[in-house]
Amino acid sequence: MSTALVTDLTIFVLALLVGIEVIGKVPATLHTPLMSATNSIHGIVLAGALLIGVTAHSVAGYILAFVAAVFASANVVGGYVVTGRMLKMFKRRTPPLEKASDQ
Amino acid sequence: MSSFDTSMQLVYVLAAACFVVGLHLMNSPASARRGNQASTLGMVIAGLATLILLIHSNSVTGVGWAVLIVGTAIGSAIGLYSARTVQMTAMPQLVSMFNSVGGGAAALIGIYEYMHDESLHTGVLGTTTVTSVLDVMIGAVTFSGSIVAAGKLQGIIPGQPLIFRGSRLLNIVLAVVVVGTAIFLFTTASLPALFIVLLASLAFGVMMVLPIGGADMPVVISLLNAFTGTAVAMAGFVIANWALIVAGALVGASGGILTKLMADAMNRSLANIIVGGFGTGDAVVAVGPGDASAQVRSIAADDAAIQLAYASKVIIVPGYGLAAAQAQHGVAELASLLESRGIEVSYAIHPVAGRMPGHMNVLLAEANVPYPQLVEMEEVNPEFARTDVALVIGANDVTNPAARRAGTAISGMPILDVDQSRSIIVIKRSMGHGYAGLDNELYVDPKTSMYFADAKKAMQELAAAVKTLVG
Repeated sequence: MSTALVTDLTIFVLALLVGIEVIGKVPATLHTPLMSATNSIHGIVLAGALLIGVTAHSVAGYILAFVAAVFASANVVGGYVVTGRMLKMFKRRTPPLEKASDQ
Repeated sequence: MSSFDTSMQLVYVLAAACFVVGLHLMNSPASARRGNQASTLGMVIAGLATLILLIHSNSVTGVGWAVLIVGTAIGSAIGLYSARTVQMTAMPQLVSMFNSVGGGAAALIGIYEYMHDESLHTGVLGTTTVTSVLDVMIGAVTFSGSIVAAGKLQGIIPGQPLIFRGSRLLNIVLAVVVVGTAIFLFTTASLPALFIVLLASLAFGVMMVLPIGGADMPVVISLLNAFTGTAVAMAGFVIANWALIVAGALVGASGGILTKLMADAMNRSLANIIVGGFGTGDAVVAVGPGDASAQVRSIAADDAAIQLAYASKVIIVPGYGLAAAQAQHGVAELASLLESRGIEVSYAIHPVAGRMPGHMNVLLAEANVPYPQLVEMEEVNPEFARTDVALVIGANDVTNPAARRAGTAISGMPILDVDQSRSIIVIKRSMGHGYAGLDNELYVDPKTSMYFADAKKAMQELAAAVKTLVG
């Protein structure tokens, strides 16, 4: 096994452990936004899709780069926008209700 | 590694750190929005780093730039449009589609890198083969499986478990083809063989999700989410990019945890869910003795309204039927009406209520229900004993006391202790069965009154009745 692969594996395992630690603390109330947020994080695949362009000099390469770029950018843009939209709805209390409960 | 490459790799690590901080801030609804912003910042950093890498490489052709720019523009437009217009009830489908395209993109990266390496004189290296094959395999299963899951959630593909003769045999054959071809690839570099892995994995993804029923979707979506993360991490191995590896591992961990939580909340093993066929009727077990003679008591809107209006503590138990009837806004209105009379109102949320983890919370948050009122199962269960009225809307199996006894299809499943409250009102269209195909013993409890109506209409009638009652 090459040193590079060992380094990559180490990073993978440590990140997995960090993930388990951090995500275990997310309350069930936020599980849907959490899944949507992780969805947008795996949109990082866009970086990989774009980097195909460095070596793609054939028709097949261009097609693969194009489809991968469409997929990954839909993933990343849609993921962040919809997560933001969802989280905006979680409010502690809406103003009209506050007035009502004071009565 | 040149110093330029090293510094770029470090910038990617910075982006990955932003993702971790972002996820950490999601530990409370109050900080979650900042979490999403931190994560977005990480993504912008990663995007800029990628752009610098592309320019610095000086080997992207004119056509290459055009392909990348047009592709990204089209994808972004699709993502933006669907994220802006999606209904909150359709959120599981959208999440599933994002899983699908994420896994698909990861698989394409694996295919491209394999093709590219094969054309070089050095040939495909052993480690590249292992990671590429895993990337293509997991990415393809996620891609097709998530499309089928989204189709089921959208109602394009029937939600019932779809099993035909020999379907399980076909699954085994596909798995053998995938694994066998993968082993062959480890010894011999062959692009056609990689395409066999791709096609067989795509077919396997479809066959894996088809037999799984609608109410098991929270588990399936979580599992596919974990798959997408793993596929992205594999793509990171293939192109030696730490941001992809870290992000993929984080998503894999998240999906894995959610999968386990959802399976536990149904007291079923992952294997049992994947094999599928649950809720087709063959799992039905006889209900306890004496139930046949028990009478169901039905109630009208006015009587239900009196019970609610003169209670001091009400717990609302929403299920997927609430979302299906689009009654979440009606529920929130009724609840605020009761609150204005000084009645304590909260919502009891079972972990698998809805079609994805936490779905019910989002639907109620959209209807302006303040999140402190959304109470998780462990916290709310002791509250039922001092509750005057439990209002069950569109929830069935998760309230069935039969789960506490051995020998039923849902035995051992954690349930909401609705039957502990002083009185119970169940809103339901008919006496139909829940997903598990069982009679619900709660409905024949002497404390229970059945209010037969569509949930949305029932909410309007109840709100109107409470208003006339108390002026």
